[in-house]
Amino acid sequence: MLLVLLSLIILVLSSAVALCLGRVPSRAQDAGAYGAAAASLAGLFPALRTLLTGNTETVSFPWSVPLGSLTFTLDPLAAFFLVPLFILTGLSAVYGVDYLKGYAGKKPLGLAWGAFNTLTAAMVLVFTAGNAVLFMLGWELMAAASFLLVLFEHEKPQVRRAAFIYLTAGGAGALMLLAAFSLLGAGSAVLDFSSFPSPSRGIASAVFLLALCGFGFKAGFVPLHIWLPEAHPAAPSQVSAVMSGIMIKTGIYGIIRVLGFIKPWEEWWGWTLLIIGAVSCLLGALFALAQHELKRVLAYSSIENIGIILMALGLGMVGVVCGADTLAGLAFAGALLHVMNHSLFKGLLFMGAGSVLHAAGTAELEALGGLAKRMPRTAPLFLAGSAAACALPPFNGFAGEFLVYLGAFRSLNSTGSIALAGMVSGLVLASAGALAAAAFTRAGGTAFLGEPRTARAAAAHEAGPLMIFAMRALALLCLLGGLAGPFLLLPLGTAVASGFGLNFALAATEAATVPFAYVSAGGLILLAMIAIAAAKRRAFLGGKKPAEGVTWDCGYAAPSARMQYGASSFSQPLTDFFQPILRKLGQYPVISEYFPGRASFSTETQAVLYNSLYMPVAVRIRDLAFRFSWLQHGRLQIYIMYIVVTLMGLLLWKL
Amino acid sequence: MEIVKPLTQYLAVMLLSPLLPGVINRVKAFFGGRRGQPLLQLYFDLYKLFLKTPVYSRTTTWVFKAGPVVGVSALVAALAVLPFAGRPSFLTFEGDFIFLLYLLGLARFVTVLAALDTGSAFEGMGASREMQFAVFAEPAFFLGLAALARVTGQSSLAGMFGALTGDIWRTAAPVLALLTASLLIVLLAENSRVPADDPNTHLELTMIHEVMVLDHSGPELAYILYGAALKLWLFGSLIACMVLPRHSGSWALNSALFILMMLGMAVAVGVLESIIARLRLTKVPYLLITAFAFSALALIFQMGR
Repeated sequence: MLLVLLSLIILVLSSAVALCLGRVPSRAQDAGAYGAAAASLAGLFPALRTLLTGNTETVSFPWSVPLGSLTFTLDPLAAFFLVPLFILTGLSAVYGVDYLKGYAGKKPLGLAWGAFNTLTAAMVLVFTAGNAVLFMLGWELMAAASFLLVLFEHEKPQVRRAAFIYLTAGGAGALMLLAAFSLLGAGSAVLDFSSFPSPSRGIASAVFLLALCGFGFKAGFVPLHIWLPEAHPAAPSQVSAVMSGIMIKTGIYGIIRVLGFIKPWEEWWGWTLLIIGAVSCLLGALFALAQHELKRVLAYSSIENIGIILMALGLGMVGVVCGADTLAGLAFAGALLHVMNHSLFKGLLFMGAGSVLHAAGTAELEALGGLAKRMPRTAPLFLAGSAAACALPPFNGFAGEFLVYLGAFRSLNSTGSIALAGMVSGLVLASAGALAAAAFTRAGGTAFLGEPRTARAAAAHEAGPLMIFAMRALALLCLLGGLAGPFLLLPLGTAVASGFGLNFALAATEAATVPFAYVSAGGLILLAMIAIAAAKRRAFLGGKKPAEGVTWDCGYAAPSARMQYGASSFSQPLTDFFQPILRKLGQYPVISEYFPGRASFSTETQAVLYNSLYMPVAVRIRDLAFRFSWLQHGRLQIYIMYIVVTLMGLLLWKL
Repeated sequence: MEIVKPLTQYLAVMLLSPLLPGVINRVKAFFGGRRGQPLLQLYFDLYKLFLKTPVYSRTTTWVFKAGPVVGVSALVAALAVLPFAGRPSFLTFEGDFIFLLYLLGLARFVTVLAALDTGSAFEGMGASREMQFAVFAEPAFFLGLAALARVTGQSSLAGMFGALTGDIWRTAAPVLALLTASLLIVLLAENSRVPADDPNTHLELTMIHEVMVLDHSGPELAYILYGAALKLWLFGSLIACMVLPRHSGSWALNSALFILMMLGMAVAVGVLESIIARLRLTKVPYLLITAFAFSALALIFQMGR
């Protein structure tokens, strides 16, 4: 516990130092990166120990803030989120040193590092806070720091727009959380998590809905996701990695925590989570398939993965209410394991996308191509991350989804709502998996393979050594996570026990031990087969020198990059099929002559929900607000009068 | 002793699967009034290709070479969970068919990437269609196996097919018939057979799987052809296990029967290919949605029972 506090202190101090050293970019970089890396190492150790021992540690200091107390709790559930947090922020900081070098002198790097380390500290605070006021402090600090980071390239209008959408979403979410915590702790002197009274049924449902929406704005599931595909691509890539990899998981963490305060659960809560998760999962994968920018593809894929996590939580809750402990345990374990796995592979993928952006100056898929030749180190790492994101063995993405599948199949032989819940979850996972595979072969294939489509892509260069190091470390963890399944069950079990209950942890561990051992064995067999097949191929080739030529292209001798399949053409059959959902806008050439001249074509995938749901509401609110604009005229005396009148009113009301 | 039988089964599949395309081709030749190629043509082709020196496009990278290697390895690994005549293979565990499903996904993933690595419009087209059909085929396949899991009350492939007896066929015939139909459609689509794809056409614009591997040659092409034969065996054996529940207690007899059944499967696919026409590409998703509907219906029937 003390080490976690030490890491918090290191983060705060290094953040302050980086801010002060803003004049000297290289010093600021050093202060920020060394601080973040040292804090990671200091924090990782106690988090891992807590996961292995299952102990809960609490320290408390007095605090003068009303309702607040400086209570820090490190239990296995928090530790399970802290481990990916420390891994990812440490490696992102290492990555950031190379990534931000080019910005030295052009951008305030001191501010960027200060905000990055503050963001990390805020997330540590969110995961370890044992008091609602402290939690909200961390929560708002996290929102503010990440807002500054999203604004890094504020000269671009779309970045400013993204940052403001993000700020608004964050504010709306925080308001709901305040309401939820006030309801939970009504009548308490101190809003400590450990002292929340057990709420009545009506209050519990209200808290559930408020927490779902409040945390949902951060987690970014549909329909509260609108900020995510705007803000994640706008931020510098190592920040996108942290935001997508772990910051959105604070929403999931919050939901799990609050669910712990409002037991016993109702069945419709579980179904709500399950359905929202399923919809996010499918829509996220589908929209990822239609995006034209690499980081936006990844952002939508994060929505898909958050959907998987939420759906697994919902399945588990339905299981709990229906008394199916094993199903519930497997689903909860799957949800948590996917939290960990997603943060590793999505961090890797965002760093890969950042390297592309760094190397080619753009991440527009239609402007890339052929990067595997120009970035021979980055390409295999990005493709490995893609395979993990598609849950393909032997990578880690498979392990978490497999647990959810196992849970889903446990329900098959029962009847009623639980069988339905299992079936829906399994089917959604399978469908989203196929869509994700299409999205990632499309993104990886167009960016890294084939011929470069533009001069910028042709002139791309390899990423810096620290960037490669960070990505390699994450890729290695992705592979290990896929093969080390049986060893993950112990920490996973302690986390499930602390978050949901010991009986679920025991049931899940018992049910998953044997299948996980087999999955690991299967992964090893797969690797062995690949080694054998590769060795055989080499033996067959012997000393023969393979001939080289142009791509055959059915006899056409002068293929050019313009003839290649692009990202839009690759996904067109699917995006056309799902046009009623995607509603992409496009202009297609109409060919009416035998020898058509020049033609052009364009498609645009719009943010459907943003345009059709949020904009009309926002416009209404704005119009309504303008009616009261006479209240706001900029004259200080009258503002002071407002305050006096309000105070008088309150005084009278109290009398 | 326990390891001998699975090992024999494993080797039998590895050795026998290239026979299936030969059988299909002979049946198609018979319907076309030709003599056709030798039954063992694929073995000869593989032998020849392994000895050949490949040609690589200058556009390609290591991805192009790794695609066939990883693809065939994924299928060989998938055989380790595939039951043989209703008997378990090496890896039989709860949820093993999910593992199988994702290994097939891995094979598809690397094949598509290798195709995109050539920078060819044709191969891009094939890759795009492959992914499109997978989006419809995978849910159908998954739901079919889930329904089977519910019918038999088992959650591993070998368990499901081992528990599938004549009695279940008598009591749940409609469900099993629907599942068999659904699996058959998925088999045809996943193995690029008529009506989803035509392995014989030489018009690249209409092909899916064949067009993705246009640029491969030598040992890589051999891996791809061998992988395709393994995949055909894999899907075929699921259907064979469905329609031929285990009868006798003798392993040797069962295995012989099963192999005959597999050859019968190949004949049936050949007959199907000869008597039906290829669908227009835009109609293939509807065929796969039909398979999905069959699986879903089977599951609903089973849940209502």
